[in-house]
Amino acid sequence: MARIRNPKDFWAGVLFILVGAAAIVLGSRYNLGTAARMGPGYFPRILGMLLILLGGILALRALRLQGAPIPAFKWRPTLVVLGSVVIFGLIVTTVGMAISVVILIVLSSAASPEFRPKEAVIAGLLLAALAVGVFVIGLKLQVPIWPTFLHG
Amino acid sequence: MELLNHLALGFSVALTPINLMYALIGSLLGTLIGVLPGIGPVATIAMLLPTTYALQPVSALIMLAGIYYGAQYGGSTTSILINMPGETSSAVTCLDGYQMARKGEAGAALAIAALGSFFAGCVATIFIAAVSIPLSELALKFGPAEYFSLMVLGLIGAVVLAHGSLIKAIAMIILGLLLGIVGTDVNSGVARFDFGIPELTDGIGVVSVAMGLFGFAEIIINLESDEKRELLSSKVKGLWLTKAQFKAAWPAVLRGTGLGSFLGLLPGGGAMLASFASYALEKKVAKDPSQFGKGAIQGVAGPESANNAGAQTSFIPLLTLGIPENAVMAMMVGAMTIHNIQPGPQVMTNNPGLFWGLIASMWVGNLMLVVLNLPMIGIWIKLLTVPYRILYPAILMFCAIGVYTISNASFDVSQTAFFGLLGVIFVKLECEPAPLLLGFVLGPMMEENLRRAMLLSRGDPMVFLTRPLSAVMLAAAVLLVVVIALPNIRRKREEAFQEE
Repeated sequence: MARIRNPKDFWAGVLFILVGAAAIVLGSRYNLGTAARMGPGYFPRILGMLLILLGGILALRALRLQGAPIPAFKWRPTLVVLGSVVIFGLIVTTVGMAISVVILIVLSSAASPEFRPKEAVIAGLLLAALAVGVFVIGLKLQVPIWPTFLHG
Repeated sequence: MELLNHLALGFSVALTPINLMYALIGSLLGTLIGVLPGIGPVATIAMLLPTTYALQPVSALIMLAGIYYGAQYGGSTTSILINMPGETSSAVTCLDGYQMARKGEAGAALAIAALGSFFAGCVATIFIAAVSIPLSELALKFGPAEYFSLMVLGLIGAVVLAHGSLIKAIAMIILGLLLGIVGTDVNSGVARFDFGIPELTDGIGVVSVAMGLFGFAEIIINLESDEKRELLSSKVKGLWLTKAQFKAAWPAVLRGTGLGSFLGLLPGGGAMLASFASYALEKKVAKDPSQFGKGAIQGVAGPESANNAGAQTSFIPLLTLGIPENAVMAMMVGAMTIHNIQPGPQVMTNNPGLFWGLIASMWVGNLMLVVLNLPMIGIWIKLLTVPYRILYPAILMFCAIGVYTISNASFDVSQTAFFGLLGVIFVKLECEPAPLLLGFVLGPMMEENLRRAMLLSRGDPMVFLTRPLSAVMLAAAVLLVVVIALPNIRRKREEAFQEE
């Protein structure tokens, strides 16, 4: 059984193979056409095959050539940062710019190992005022300032 | 004389009060994000793209261009004062700039960085104006086969000159091309790879891809590592050069400008490559190379001139051929598309005011930067004392609002977060995101030209080899890959990028 000597390359290769295969499988629904009259399925199929080829080379080479291990994932920053942004996107239309910015700042600040709750709340309030001033009042973006259910 | 007329037209556009204001905003914002480590021009341009909808196209492009070259000015400040690159293109400036600061010569280092950048900016502006006309005329003769081959050459060139694994980089381009064709196919009206999500029928937004891969991922990676910064602000005094320093520095500025202007033209070129190459060159031509790394002024003057020259001349392939050569230029393609401008040789003829106005604005912006920046260094230093735990939520806020307001859709925000996650995975697997972004913006164009070329040749792929220009470009692309794959040269290339 061959050993994975270069995990970064190996898993990158696997990722490329998977995406390439997905492109071919999902793309098989689209008309291929001919070389002279390419259908919507033609180009994706070429790309999918190339991706599988390159991914394959990478993964196979990773069994032979030595490489550094993949650095550990730290889930906290990833989840907290991306999660707080997604929440912002989901609530801003109904809750309004002011409150959702405060929530975004306070939540995302928690991703840092040096998190200080009080400081985060103050920063959130200041930035919310700035965001409302610049984006809603200044640039006149179509985003409510306050929760929409408050004024019907 | 034609050149002077064009430049006169350009200045008449660039010097209108509104465009002056946007050049100022762009270059100041650029300096700001250049100074701040952890946010680069790609993410910033992505953040600001939605707010440019309402602007005149020329004002929008002037502002966004200012961000790129402004960032080159700002990046040097951080490198010199806290030994941490504000931008990747200023990474080599840390080596000697920080040492100069430790010797109490921070003022001289900052001054030569700014003056060198200004000189380079002036030369590059003229260079762009001079090279653009012949290149556009050449490009107007291109048919679809030539365009397809040019894109292949451009994409391959872009990754050959970048660092890291070549196979990975090419795979990232292809991944980008695939992401680029998500959405409704213009020829058949079929929605491709939309996973039944209605928002995806319009395609994936370039802002989401760039902001996720370059903005969010960067923040997350920064949060994982906890580096401490040491600020040498107290030592900035006397922002000027002694005669001896000036004499030592100006040849390096000239060399850096020349090298940077040239490297900016190449696919994959731009600010970063230029600064690294210039540092290597300065070390090679120096009478006493042992001074490098100990505060040699040439080690600041050369790279800082080169990165500004390279940042500006990298606009040439975009403006004349429509081919972005680095991630920032890919964002400029996105900006032009938003304003319904198809990048390419026709921009100069159809839209001369925009074309020459943008070029003239680069000179204007550089002038503003050198005049404003030296006195403003105190403010930038203050900014550097803001701890990252306060800074990054603020950056996130601007990103989130920016991406939300593209079409007031929470889907766009979630999509950006998805690309943020993907970006983190790419960093862990050591896959550079820049080639992906290039492929992403070129995807639809590449497919279209492939289709047209094959339609004209009635399905014969030999058309790419029988048309001489196309054949030359494809041969060049193959040659590049072969040359890089040769073990000997690969070793050299790795050495060049590890030059520290």
